[in-house]
Amino acid sequence: MNTQLLLIQVFNGLVNGAFYALLSLGLAVIFGMLRIVNFMHGALYMLGAFAAFALGQLLGLGFWPSLILAPLLVGLLGVVLERGLLSRLYGLEPSYNLLLTFGLTLLTQDLVKQVMLSRFAVSSAPYSPPEVLSGVVNLGFVVFPKYRLFVIALSLVVCLLTWFVIEKTRVGAIIRASTENPVVTRAFGINVSLWVTGVFAVGAALAGLAGVLAAPIYSVEPYMGAELIITTFAVVVIGGMGSILGSVVTGFAVGVLAAVGAAVYPPIANTLVFILMALVLLVRPSGLFGLPEGAR
Amino acid sequence: MNKTHTAILALTALLLAPAASAQSLSDGSIKVGVLTDLSGVYSELSGQGSVKAAQMAAEDFMKANRAYAGKVSVIGVDHQNKADVAGNKAAEMIDRQNVDMLVDMPTSSAALAATEVARQKKTVAMVVTGATTALTNEKCNKYTFHYAYDNYMLANGTGTAVTKRGGNSWYIIYPNYAFGQDLNRQMVSAVQENGGKLAAPSDATPFPNTDFSSYLLKAQSVRPRIFGTMQAGNDLVNVVKQYNEFGLKKQGIGLGIGLLFETDVAALGQDAFSGAIATVPWFWNFDARSRQWAGRFEKAFGKKPTWAQAGVYSATLQYLNAVARAKTDNSDAVVKALEGYAFDDFFARNATIRPQDHRVILDVQVVQVKAKSESKEAGDIYRRLNTIPAAKAFMPLSENKCRM
Repeated sequence: MNTQLLLIQVFNGLVNGAFYALLSLGLAVIFGMLRIVNFMHGALYMLGAFAAFALGQLLGLGFWPSLILAPLLVGLLGVVLERGLLSRLYGLEPSYNLLLTFGLTLLTQDLVKQVMLSRFAVSSAPYSPPEVLSGVVNLGFVVFPKYRLFVIALSLVVCLLTWFVIEKTRVGAIIRASTENPVVTRAFGINVSLWVTGVFAVGAALAGLAGVLAAPIYSVEPYMGAELIITTFAVVVIGGMGSILGSVVTGFAVGVLAAVGAAVYPPIANTLVFILMALVLLVRPSGLFGLPEGAR
Repeated sequence: MNKTHTAILALTALLLAPAASAQSLSDGSIKVGVLTDLSGVYSELSGQGSVKAAQMAAEDFMKANRAYAGKVSVIGVDHQNKADVAGNKAAEMIDRQNVDMLVDMPTSSAALAATEVARQKKTVAMVVTGATTALTNEKCNKYTFHYAYDNYMLANGTGTAVTKRGGNSWYIIYPNYAFGQDLNRQMVSAVQENGGKLAAPSDATPFPNTDFSSYLLKAQSVRPRIFGTMQAGNDLVNVVKQYNEFGLKKQGIGLGIGLLFETDVAALGQDAFSGAIATVPWFWNFDARSRQWAGRFEKAFGKKPTWAQAGVYSATLQYLNAVARAKTDNSDAVVKALEGYAFDDFFARNATIRPQDHRVILDVQVVQVKAKSESKEAGDIYRRLNTIPAAKAFMPLSENKCRM
């Protein structure tokens, strides 16, 4: 393995890292604020990709309108889920949420499969990058698809924006207060449940956004989120449950690690992240960027 | 039709009726069991279309053999591509639903499980959509027949054709499970036997996998003539999608595909695959006979047939014809009627059922995917490059490990 090839793989890993970062960011936001382990996150990601495909087929919408519309639709679904189902489980053990969101995942996957087969007659849907981003660009050390560069850039912007809003703005302060101490926050005249719903919707929309971004490079099919969500959970655990900065940094790092692993010794590529997770749990159980439970 | 004609027909029917009872059919009927994927990733290429194809075969058989009129029926059962489900469903179909023959069986592991049950219960099984060569080697048995294709036929056809056309240096990736490892082995030996070489050793990829960029970047730096992918289904769609994204074709790196179904091409659009070479047992617009059957199928089912579905029709019909020749549906007698039988139908050309390993050998087609602009009609995706005669298309008996 020469140095140039290694460098190429590090760079390439940032693309997968971008998806891990966007997804774990959504998971972290939801867990941090609502203490819900949202197992349905992978299905929401898949719905984002499927929505982009369906909007194109049914309304003739291209990539750019879908990039805005599909996450909005997934976010709306998030509102329905949180208000209609999840909110009824607050105060119960976390395992209830897990079971509910896992069950919803199975339902969503099969539903999308049926729709794809019966309405569109495909088991995996075709989707192309927009004209302006198709093709490759020579970066000197590597010839790389333009679209993948766009994915890295957009994901970075979205992650930074989310971090900024939550950590540095008044909106973020309200959200953090609502989750730290809902009773006191209510006393200040703030409608806490409304904010909680909003946070869940934003988390869902982030998954939907990752899905739209994935549609031009991965096969759009009902189970596309199932594999990814497992790695994403590992990312969240490594980064520290609920830590926004942690999930973003770890997301990119794990993407790079997996790509380098695949190039050096392919059989270990998909296992590396779990080895890392086990190590982190042994040495620093609250995650690399997480605070111990008592310190919160 | 006038009254005289009707009377003659009725009389003929009456005369033929006793003849039918002279056939010895267990429970007085023949039931074909299509064990297939009705809900998963292979349901588009086999699934309900396979059930429809078997029904057409049953109808055609009953029309041609009046003695069996009303005696052949078809059921379709979902095995979900899981080995344990396939085994249980096969047992249930044979024991409780009195199925006399199993057909289709996509997914190698599911096919192996179902044929093992069929062997124990002495029931004829004709595997069409399952790929593994184990069915006619280590795992061969008296009641199992392998129709249409297998890994050896794919590698031998594609590896030879691509290497001879100048694709003499390869970099291959394969999914790390039985099917992929087997196909990689066969493909490497086909490439090397034809004077080709490996630009880099083959890489095993995780299965299932979505991102293949690491391997595509490696291909960019290794610079083979051909990037060979042994992936199937969704993994194949991912590989080809990203192969196009990384622009390897423009960089002079061609695409060699181990196993290609019409549905994969539909999932990405024809242009993503254009120029790729693959080996198939049949395609719908191959010639007038094929077109004629494909037209009937499309009228009945609403979609063009895949080669898997056409194979199910042919396998079902050949089984029923063997029952007619044996004059019984007793499995041992039907197996005897099938072994060594030579035939030629719209699907299986110059076909022979090898008695030694139950491999059904037939002429196979090496095809190249057309660009969309070259298609003359809907579904026109393949250009035929050459035909490999039956005797050369499949694993020679000298290499065969079957002991029945």
